[in-house]
Amino acid sequence: MSVILEMENICKQFPGVLANDRVCFSVKKGEVHALLGENGAGKSTLMNILCGLYKPTSGEIRLEGELVQFSSARDAMELGIGMVHQHFMLVPTMTVTENCLIGDKEGGSIKLDRKEAGQRLKELAERYGMEIDPDAIVGTLSVGEMQRVEIIKALFRGAKILILDEPTAVLTPQEARALFKMIRALTDNQFTVIFISHKLDEVKEISDRVTVLRLGAVVGTHDIAQCSIEELARLMVGREIIFDVVERQHPVGDILLEVNNLSLHRLHSHESNKLLDDLSFEIHEGEILGIAGVDGNGQAELVECLTGIRKASSGDAIYQEKDLLHLSTRDIMSHDVSHIPQDRQKTGLVMPMTLVENFALQDYYKTSFGKRGFLNWTSVEERSSKLIQDFSIKTPSAYELAQNLSGGNQQKVVAAREISREPKLLIAMHPTRGLDVGAVEYIHNQLIDQRDKGVGIMLVSTELEEIMRLSDRIIVLYEGRAMGCVRPSETTIEEMGLMMGGRTLDEIRNGRVKEAPVENMVM
Amino acid sequence: MHELRRIRNREKRSFFKVRSIKLKNGDVQVKALFTSKMKTQGKAGVQQILVSFSATVFALVLGMLLIYAIGFDPFSAAVSMVEGAFGSKNAFGETLVKMTPLIFTGMSYALASRCGLTNLGMEGQLYMGALAGTATGIYVAGLPAALHLPLTILAGFIGGGLWGLIAGALKVRFGASEIITTVMLNTIAISFIDYMVNGPMIEPPGINCQTQPVRSSAQLPTLISGTRAHWGFVIAIAFVVLFWLFLWRSKRGYEVRVAGLNLSAARYSGIHTNRNILLVMFLAAGLAGLAGCNEILGIQIRMIPEISPGYGFDGIAVSLIGNNTPFGIVIGALLFGAFRAGGNRMQIRAKVPNAIVSVVQALVIFAVVASQMLLDKWNEHQMKKINRQESEVA
Amino acid sequence: MDLLQTIGGYLFTDIRMAAPVLLAGLGLLLMNWSGLLNIGAEGIMLISALAAVVGSHFFGSVWMGLLLAMLAGAVFGLLFAVLTVTLRANQTVVGAALNILGLSLSTTLNRVFFGIETTVTKVDAFQVWEIPLLSKIPLIGRAFFAQMPIVYIAFLLVPLIHYFLFKTKPGLNLRSVGENPRVADTLGINVYRTQYLATIVGSMIIAVGGAFLSTGLLNFFAEDMVAGRGYIALAAVIFGKYRPTGIMFAAMIFMAGNVVSNVLQVAGVGIPYTFLTMIPYILTIIALTIFASRAVAPASLGRPYKRG
Repeated sequence: MSVILEMENICKQFPGVLANDRVCFSVKKGEVHALLGENGAGKSTLMNILCGLYKPTSGEIRLEGELVQFSSARDAMELGIGMVHQHFMLVPTMTVTENCLIGDKEGGSIKLDRKEAGQRLKELAERYGMEIDPDAIVGTLSVGEMQRVEIIKALFRGAKILILDEPTAVLTPQEARALFKMIRALTDNQFTVIFISHKLDEVKEISDRVTVLRLGAVVGTHDIAQCSIEELARLMVGREIIFDVVERQHPVGDILLEVNNLSLHRLHSHESNKLLDDLSFEIHEGEILGIAGVDGNGQAELVECLTGIRKASSGDAIYQEKDLLHLSTRDIMSHDVSHIPQDRQKTGLVMPMTLVENFALQDYYKTSFGKRGFLNWTSVEERSSKLIQDFSIKTPSAYELAQNLSGGNQQKVVAAREISREPKLLIAMHPTRGLDVGAVEYIHNQLIDQRDKGVGIMLVSTELEEIMRLSDRIIVLYEGRAMGCVRPSETTIEEMGLMMGGRTLDEIRNGRVKEAPVENMVM
Repeated sequence: MHELRRIRNREKRSFFKVRSIKLKNGDVQVKALFTSKMKTQGKAGVQQILVSFSATVFALVLGMLLIYAIGFDPFSAAVSMVEGAFGSKNAFGETLVKMTPLIFTGMSYALASRCGLTNLGMEGQLYMGALAGTATGIYVAGLPAALHLPLTILAGFIGGGLWGLIAGALKVRFGASEIITTVMLNTIAISFIDYMVNGPMIEPPGINCQTQPVRSSAQLPTLISGTRAHWGFVIAIAFVVLFWLFLWRSKRGYEVRVAGLNLSAARYSGIHTNRNILLVMFLAAGLAGLAGCNEILGIQIRMIPEISPGYGFDGIAVSLIGNNTPFGIVIGALLFGAFRAGGNRMQIRAKVPNAIVSVVQALVIFAVVASQMLLDKWNEHQMKKINRQESEVA
Repeated sequence: MDLLQTIGGYLFTDIRMAAPVLLAGLGLLLMNWSGLLNIGAEGIMLISALAAVVGSHFFGSVWMGLLLAMLAGAVFGLLFAVLTVTLRANQTVVGAALNILGLSLSTTLNRVFFGIETTVTKVDAFQVWEIPLLSKIPLIGRAFFAQMPIVYIAFLLVPLIHYFLFKTKPGLNLRSVGENPRVADTLGINVYRTQYLATIVGSMIIAVGGAFLSTGLLNFFAEDMVAGRGYIALAAVIFGKYRPTGIMFAAMIFMAGNVVSNVLQVAGVGIPYTFLTMIPYILTIIALTIFASRAVAPASLGRPYKRG
């Protein structure tokens, strides 16, 4: 295999941060080359340079031996480099064909021929073992189907090199396997695939070679066959990763929250699939219940129903002898329930406001913060200063605007605010999304701390590692249904993956479905 | 020592901390250090003011160029404008007169903006408030001024407020954009007033299209003798204080500001955003209603089909220049009030068409908006630099 | 036959009156589909109405007036674009300022050019271009085929713009900018350039509507003569669900209110005239409440776009 792409001594300097430090990266034609690294290692930056969205501060790129320069994404596209981003670049209201035709310069006329293009797309897809419906409205497709559209779109525009950015982040293990088949079909046809990931097992499974990045620099390029998972992990993080479950110190208490037959119907639907389908579970004091599953299977809806933001269709959620499903958000929160929302920027904080104003967000209406309708800012400020200190939030002052803090510190503000309210029930959704290792560890320790104090925690997360590490019990959601409830020590990643993909625990354990044997990995 | 303690007690509410430093010769020096609150908020405030000020000056210069371009002498225009606004007791009185409704409409737009709403219906709300005030002023008999006047003002507030509440209700119930509904309600209101003044409320024997005068017990007394300036100005300032108290010191006002900046976060925190939308539309429209009501009670004394030369839309400009802050709104109202007061004199003395004043007003809006965006861009750039310098490790 | 004639007459008036609103709506539509919400149609129509009269007066030809009007519209559009696209300012505020500017500038220039006379200057205006034979068809003949050229242009633009938006590649690109500018950007479309073009072209179309008011529908310029039609156009776009044909029907329905009021006035019916003038606005509000939640607006409408 010949070298098709070479990136030599690429440096990318942002103000104060060297995101890529003399990176040398070469890819052979027809191979699957993985780019491995943690959040912040520089993988995305490097690939953004390659697909034309960023300009390197220095360094050269050679395509098939010739020096090339991009000034825009279109340039890269025309040279045959196509990227499938983590957040899909699709217009939901348009059809598959239309999405593929946006910005298309091919063909003489300005006329939009949907039929002809649709036909070409279908043929293209079939050639690589994929199926698409060119006239489907993208907004109605499943996530896996949308990803397929993205890949076809790239191929349609002449991509010879495909860059996939964390493609399995939103797929079940089974959908991921289908993706891998597709990738192999592509490489068999002399397409080159660059696969960005932080997931070790996938990298081991699909790639031919791997380049590991850490803190902006290359720490090694290896043939996969000669690397073990542990070695890769070590290269990636720079230290031994200890995969273990955190020890329990305290016993689990009484039932805190009891959810019975919770259902949520869709509003205008032709589908009979409910958003939440007859969910029943309990959370005890001093326990962490993990809610696992691929994003979009009802987790957000579950949290919204329990926090009063959405009205459930039927069922109840008994907490302190009240039914949470019939209370307003304000009532729920005032009964010692705290909520760390999944999106700190959209729903957790008010970005243009100061930290002091943000800290007031949950409890401002209480008399401790002011009487007769007026807000006592002095007491809010005192509280804020204390929280900033206690939680080691890095900020020049309590009056700094929330938007000026780093992601990790922003999340700390939200966590500090919610935890310091001394809740009895804490609902945390994706509490470590987008955070680096240090911040993740901090938040995890806070959660464990709370658990040990007797707080009942519902932890919703798509990171299996996190769920397995912290939870006492785990429920997997699929299409709004509970597929099963397991303890981390009594299950395997494979089992979890199957549940996430739609098999109930019952079906799996009663051996009705035969799966190809795969290594058991307890992380 | 007493002094020191007093200063320390004020520490909590102030912008600065007090440190006592013992010098070599035994003296104790007291230093006031600016706390970070002052640093972050004060600096931002000063920046805004400077930027808005320079933008306004720029627009004024452009205006003068325009006057020159259409064949008039910009300097005599400017001189007569200033004379007309500040040159005599009478002129100053006129400025106050023109300023009063602008303070109200400026607050109206600003309050709605703070809640994330765009109130373009101030003209209509102004007229409805004026109508309600007129009706109460004419038909409620037998009350002493101490009761009648406040009652009439209240009526004006409620009249305008209800008109705006319609748009608020349509938004909450049907999701109808208040940008469009408030604009539509403007024409409906003005047409309605036209009908009332020429019809049911017309002054007998029905020759002039105007209503009877409001009873003397409901008229606003003169503020500066010998001018038209009336106590409506004082009422406006009083409302500015209320405006500040509401938004920055009350809990409801806090909710409004949160919802205006981030509706989702407000909902997730349990804030009843729909209720607040209704409240804010009512209050904002009520303020606009007061603009109209005060005009009647202080200047017109009776209702006529046209009492507003565009005070409603000027409110947008006033609020913009003032960056939706109480002090800024007063300054903005002063500027535009002076424009209007001076404009008449400019038309008479320098023969420049009065409408050019509105042109300059539009230019001011453009300049201030552009400069604010440029300032934001620059600040963002600075912030990104600083942020990237700190490592991501918590 | 008398009834047919009468109805034909109403149709004629309705179409005539709908034309400026339709033009303004189509111009706004182009801007909307690029993601920009421009409420300043009123101001653009005012300045272009004046420009049309000025051009017609000083060059002696109504077509020169039209050209000047379109130029004025383009300048206003450019101003809007610079502030909202490059500087990313609040689109509603800029649009409102545009309205103030349009009104005040047109009033000022009117006084400068024509003085404060009570007699209105008459200018060369559009004449009716009757299409032979077709215009004799009962009921619809006069309404459809005996109108001024601008009216024909307005209604011909409907299928034209529809074709452009939904059947051509540049139209698809435009819509993608309004739906999701980030996606359009990564696919190589110059978002800023698209928005600038849409604004300038759209403003020129609005300007044609303004020109028709002062040199077609009427034959002079009067201060504030647009009388709210710019706002009705805004509503027509929403009511028409952001489609050209929808806007056409919306404009005709809204103006029907005007026609009805004219009719009743002539008939001497006892409803106060002022109430009848409210009808288009009331209709618009009702339409908004019924259709607002289901309107298919471009997803990124009103949001400033930032590159990178």
